[in-house]
Parts: sequence; C-alpha cells; structure tokens
Amino acid sequence: MEHKTSLKRTGLYVSGTNPVNMIQASFYNEDCMIFDMEDSVPLAEKDAARLLIYRMLRDHRPVGKYIIIRVNGIYSEYIDEDLEAAVRAKPDAIRIPKVEYENEVKMIDEKITRIEKEAGIEEGSIELWCNIESYLGVLNAYEIASASPRVVALALGAEDFTASMKAQRTKSGQEIFYARNAVLMACRKAGVEAIDAVFSDINDVEGLKADTALTKNLGFDGKTIVHPRQIDVVNSFFTPSVKEIKYAQRVLEAVEEGKRLKKGAVTLDGGMIDKPMELRALTTLAQARAAGIKV
Amino acid sequence: MRLENTGIAGTLESSDVMVTVKPNPASGIDIQIESSVIAQYGDEMRETVKSVMQEFDITDAVVELQDKGAMDCVLRARAETAVCRALGVGFNWKGEDGK
Amino acid sequence: MVNAVGREMPEKIGSYTVRPFAGTGKAAKILPPVVSKRCPKLGPEDHNKLCKDLKEAIVKTGLKDGMTISFHHCFREGDMVIGQVLTAIRELGIKHLRFAPSAVVNIKNPSIVSFVKDGTIDRIEASGIRGELGDAVIDGLMDEPVILRPHGARPRAIETGDLQIDVAFIGASSSDEYGNCTGQIGPNACGSLGYAFVDASCAAQVVIVTDNLVEYPCCPTSISQQFVDYVVAVEQIGDPVKIGAGAARMTKNPRDLMIASKAADAIAASRLFKEGFSFQTGAGAISIACTNYLAERMEERGIHASFALGGMTANIIEMFKKGLVRVLECSQSFDAVAARAIAEYPNILEIDNSVYSNPYTKGSMLDKLNFGVLGALEVDTDFNINILTGMSGEMMGGLGGGPDVADGADISIVTIPVIRGRTPSIVPKVFTCCTPGESVAMVVTEAGIALNPKHKYYEMLREDFEAAGIATVTIQYLCDLALSYTGVPKPIETTDKVVAVVEYRDGTVIDVIRQIKR
Repeated sequence: MEHKTSLKRTGLYVSGTNPVNMIQASFYNEDCMIFDMEDSVPLAEKDAARLLIYRMLRDHRPVGKYIIIRVNGIYSEYIDEDLEAAVRAKPDAIRIPKVEYENEVKMIDEKITRIEKEAGIEEGSIELWCNIESYLGVLNAYEIASASPRVVALALGAEDFTASMKAQRTKSGQEIFYARNAVLMACRKAGVEAIDAVFSDINDVEGLKADTALTKNLGFDGKTIVHPRQIDVVNSFFTPSVKEIKYAQRVLEAVEEGKRLKKGAVTLDGGMIDKPMELRALTTLAQARAAGIKV
Repeated sequence: MRLENTGIAGTLESSDVMVTVKPNPASGIDIQIESSVIAQYGDEMRETVKSVMQEFDITDAVVELQDKGAMDCVLRARAETAVCRALGVGFNWKGEDGK
Repeated sequence: MVNAVGREMPEKIGSYTVRPFAGTGKAAKILPPVVSKRCPKLGPEDHNKLCKDLKEAIVKTGLKDGMTISFHHCFREGDMVIGQVLTAIRELGIKHLRFAPSAVVNIKNPSIVSFVKDGTIDRIEASGIRGELGDAVIDGLMDEPVILRPHGARPRAIETGDLQIDVAFIGASSSDEYGNCTGQIGPNACGSLGYAFVDASCAAQVVIVTDNLVEYPCCPTSISQQFVDYVVAVEQIGDPVKIGAGAARMTKNPRDLMIASKAADAIAASRLFKEGFSFQTGAGAISIACTNYLAERMEERGIHASFALGGMTANIIEMFKKGLVRVLECSQSFDAVAARAIAEYPNILEIDNSVYSNPYTKGSMLDKLNFGVLGALEVDTDFNINILTGMSGEMMGGLGGGPDVADGADISIVTIPVIRGRTPSIVPKVFTCCTPGESVAMVVTEAGIALNPKHKYYEMLREDFEAAGIATVTIQYLCDLALSYTGVPKPIETTDKVVAVVEYRDGTVIDVIRQIKR
C-alpha cells in the first residue's frame, strides 16, 4: 500500500500516551502525523508509549498520511529501545530531536540499518527528519542534511534554539529569522524539505496566520503544529490561489509544448522557464490537489 | 515466567484500558473485566489477554481490566506493558520479527 | 410479518395492533382519516378554576383507575411537575394509569420505575425512555409494550383517539387563575410550550400547574383559558439550571468540530443554499457547532435564511439578531436565551408541535424545510438510523423529531463520528430502526461524507458536490472503517418478548424492541 502523500504542509504531534488522540488524529486533514515518544511522554511512561505506538501502527496505520515517529534524544537512555520499537513500527520516517553534528546522523543511520536487517525491513526504507534546535544545528545544517541518504527533511525547533542563543522567544519571531533562512538554504542546497517551527499559542489564530504567512513566503515546505485546530489554517496558506494554479498550468503546458517541439529553451509571456519554475509549478498543483481543488 | 510483583499500565481515559497484572501462584489465569462493552467484546478481550500471557510464558496471574472502550491493539499494548512492569523486564522487540 | 425496512414483528403485541411500516408517504392509503378529538365543554359554574393543591385538582378532574394522563417535556431535565403530580396520584390511590408524556422520561427522585412497580402506572407512551426506567423496561418490567412515537406522530395519535388523553397536566412558568398561561415569563421560564398545545385542545380535562400565579389576564398567553379546567399553584415547577441544560456551549472536541464544519460545507455546496433557504440544526454538540459554521458560510456568501425551525439555541438567536434569519419558528427552547427571546422579538414565534412536525395536517412546516441536521446513535449501510438503543441494546435516547425532520426536509444530514470508544456508529444493520434510510440524504463523519444513492435528491447532491470539489465515500467504506477499528461486535441476544413498539411519524410500526437476554 502507498502510504505517503506528496505533501508535508502540516505535521501534527500526537502524544504516545493517548489512544483516543491517536485514532482521532488519523481523520484530520494534516499531511503528516508525528507519533511522539519524547516531550509529551512522562519519563515513567516511555515503555508504555513505545508499545502503544507500535501496536497502533501495526494494526491501524492511518491511510493517506506520512507517518513519523519522534524518538527521544540521541544521548538519552531511551534512544536504543525507542529505535527498536520505532523501526519495527515501519513509519515513513523517524524524527530525531536536537541534531547538531553530521556524525550523529551517521550513528543513528547505522542503528536503524542494523534493526532494519534484523527485522527484515528493506534497508534504507525508513527516512529521517532531523530537528534543528540549537545554534550548532543551524551552523551545521547542510552537513546534517547531507549526512545520509535517509535524511529527507530538516525541521526547525524554535524554543530550544532561542534558549541556546540566550534569546527571547517572541510572536513576531525576529529572533529566529536568521535560523529560518539558514535552515532553508541548507535544505535547498541538500535537496531536502524544510519544515518550519511550531506556533505554540493555540488560541491565537491571528498570530498563527501571521506566522504561517511568513513560513510560506520564506519558502518552507510545511510547518509542525501542536493542535488539530491549527491544521486547516496552516494548510490554507499552502493552498494556491486560482491565479497561481492557472499560472502553474500554463508553465507546465509550455514545458510540455517545448518538449514536443524539442525546443531547448521554453518561454512564457516573453520570459524563460527554468527548472525551478517548473518544480514550483508542480508543487503548486500538488498543493491544489491536496486541498481538494480539481486541476 | 513466574510473577512475583504487580504491574499496572494504561489509564481510565476514554478509549483506554487500565490493566493490572498480579501474581496468582499455581492457580491459572484469572481474568476480571469491567467494561460497558463486555457483552460485545468480552470474549475477544479474554483471548487477547491470554495470548499476551502466552507470549510471556505466564501460566498463573490475576489480570484485571478496567476498560473504557479500548480497541484490541490498545489492550494488547497495555497488557504487554503491565506484564513487563510486573516482571521488571524490557519488551523483547526481536521477538516481533517475522510476526 | 416483515415491514418495508425488513423488520420482523408480530401482528399483535398485547393490546396493540401492529400496522407495519410500508415506506415513507405510503401510510395515508392504509390508515383511517384523522378525526379531531377536541373536547368542548363548559368550565366550572362558579368560574373558579383555582385549586388549593394538586390533589384537589386531581380529584376534581375525576381521574380514575385505568385512565390516561399526559405531560409535556418543555422543562426537559429540570422538570419537577411530573414527579409532584404522580406522587399526588399515588397518595390518592389511583392505579393502572397510562402515562403519556410528549417526550423522553428521565426523571429521578422520584423515579418513574417506582410508579410502575407500585401499579400507579401500567402503560407508557412517550418518545423515548432511558436511565433506570429504560433499563427496567428492556428487562421486561411492563406487561404492555411501551409505545414510542416521534414528535410528528403524537398529535395524530391523540387526534385520532389512538392516544385519548383523559387528563393533561401542563406545567407553565406563569399562569393566571383562569388558565391563560405561558412558558415565556416567570422565574422558571422554559420558552415555547409547543408540545403542550395538542394536549390542551384534545384532552378531556386540562390542569395547569404553575409556580408563578400572575394577575389576570396573563400576557403573553400561549395556552388560552378556553381549554383549561383547573389551575394549581405549587412551590416550584422546575430547576432553572437544568431547564437550560441544553445551553449552547461550543464544543472544543476537534473531531466534533470537524464533523460540524463538513456538514456546513455540505449545506453550502447545495444549490438549495440560496437566499431565503430554511434550516433546522438541533441542540447536540455537533449541531450547535454546525449552526455556527453555517452562520459563517451565510455571511461569506451574503445569504439569508427565511426561517429556522424546531428547537432553538442561543446561537440561532444570535444569527437572528445579526439579520441572518428572518423568522424563528420555535417548537422548543433549549436554553435560557432562546426561552426569553420569544417574548422579546415579534419574529421569534412559539409554534405548536403539530404545525412543526405532524404529517397529518393541512401542512406542517417541515414540508417547507430545506436542510435538517440530525444526530444518531447508529446508522447502517441502508442509511437506517437508530436513535433509541445503545451498543448493548440499552435504551439511550428518544425519537424526538428526528424521523420527522429526515422525512420532511429536502436534505437531511446525519452528523455522527464513525466510532465512539470501541462502539462502531456505522454498522451493517442498526439494532433498532427509527428513521428509514430512504429519508436520509447523507451521513457526515470525520472520515468522510456518504451520499445515499436511494435518496430523492441524490443526483442533485452529487452534481453539487462535484462542482464544489467535495469528495464522498460510500457508506460501506465507513462501516468497514468503523469495524476495522472496533472489531465485529457480538450480536445482542433477545427473547421473543416485545418491550417497546417504535412508531414512525405516520403511526405505522417501523420496528419493535425486544427484551434483552441476560
């Protein structure tokens, strides 16, 4: 069965402690579900969360969603058993908290490969999302993103990042503006997806809108969210306008036309169409389809 | 495996189940269920608990379920956690391979 | 015999003769014409209707063993009339009564069960029973089956004499000594007395029970003195907190919000969603959220409704105040805001349940309704709805106006989560069929919307959904999905004894409920 969606607009955290939230979240409109073994799970419940997430994904894997498991920290006492459970649950990806160095990715990669082998899971099939949550992570973002072919996305974690910077977290987010751009550039260079930080005040819809507008305009591919209430708002920012869709269609038509006529350079409205324009047009249409728009 | 201690896992939240596993020396598996859907799923719940006990090779235990409408996979996860806690062992993940 | 929705039932149950459900709109041909049982008579010669207490009023009505008494449910969970009247009747030693309130009986302290056990009551006709009484009935408490009718069926049953009421006890939050009364004012105002009108005009004797005696004439008046025999003032007729227990509080459950929002989207996608449309949304958590989303869609599109129908909530009053709805037709008021609004605004009207839901009149308002949003306990793959019995066969709800709204509205929308705990809501076959699937246009769940291919507006809805880009799933998909989470439940085992008869709005029998095997 094909589990993956092509989009990663929204990634919703679902605590590994709570069966009812796990079931319900599989029906919401988020693109990615992040089953959490880390922050939302009290220390005394780590064992229970591993089994619950594992059994839930074995029996009731949500259809049409990109499934991620967030394990505990690389240097925590839980990481090895977390990986034993998480790999065997066969998610699309495992999300690693606070990655700072290339070799940390390689270490996790090797552990996953060993478990994949033991469990008879295709080697390399489980992808990695690396959380960038410190200045070191930001400075080493490109090395982290290109440390293993498993890495498909970097996700910025703003709270820990600002703490590492001795900065104040604000709603306007000026203190993470550089980090956002730095992570984005690293992702673009490495060819992986860039996921923006959470907006944590779930009651502030206007604040979420302003923050997500920035997320989208900077160029991020999606955003991590902490409450189902945020899903539709964030998705809507990644829903292209009719004008954008029409333009994307015209770009792709021109590209097709160019291929058919074996033209080297394709132009539209007098301007050249380059590869990034074509990719952006494809993304626009994928986002439109995900939003239920017929294209 | 012989149970020496009591293990508890799960919560009393909706769609969850609290499983308590206690020693029951030489007296077999005794399952007690409290659930609003016992008439519909009681047999299935017993089967799941028995299969978890088999998985850990436990022949004597009192298992109490305070069920709030948990699905089968939740019951299994909670029962496995409770047994691991009672035995003071980690879950045997390698045992899952090939299942 | 087997009726039109495939339900097996005996031809006679106790003294009840079964007329099997033949399909929606088919009963007119098989039922006798409705003849009014309105009871004209003279009032007391001394023009004194005021009694010193309930016992005096009961004695004056001449209530005897075996007679039928009725009540309305406009005070909902806060009702204190039924308990006081039944206690007075018990103390007078009157037995074997038929108890026929307009809705679900769920009073505690005293519980109805005690009145059944001591023989004060031996028959019940209502729209639902639950709690302790429901459990006792399903375990075979009564010899005669309980007859359950939706709101639309009760006026017809009363007018034809199927349910001849000897004494109607009508609680009113204000009344004068000559019987002009209302629910709109007074310390325990309940709003519309819509369910009491038919009792007032058709019962042989009418007793008004109030805790707020006002100067003659009571204004506003809902029920007129011309129908009233006696008036009794008691200490308290209701608990104001519980009367407004249906108060509109917006749910925060993201699953319910998602279902509500999808239902509003479905309405907004329909070509019937246009200037002057009409709707009924109800008072459940999902319904209230749906009302709010609907208001948003109306504002976005600049569309106004001509009327909203049925039970009113504060957020519908809010829509009215914003000018989004021209007229509110209130058969019931679910909270204090809605209760007071009738007296405040000329376009918020108290209506008789009969004009709201009775198919056997010269026209009910449901005939003019575009959209009806319904709740349910279970829906099956034929779109049949169960709103009475729970997972283990226990009595959980009341028929209310659900079957009426489904049939009357152009587009009826069932909002329901696919699973609740380990209980599947979309099932292969409902345990109790209350509303026939043919009258249900769609089921809206968190996991998708299923259109009913057998509904009269299926083609229209399919086109409208396609144009709006709303994806649908099949009802079978939803059923499979629900069962994939819960597993297949063991069927409920019953004996042959029928404990309750479920009438459809036309008076035919759509299903029966049998005693649960323990």
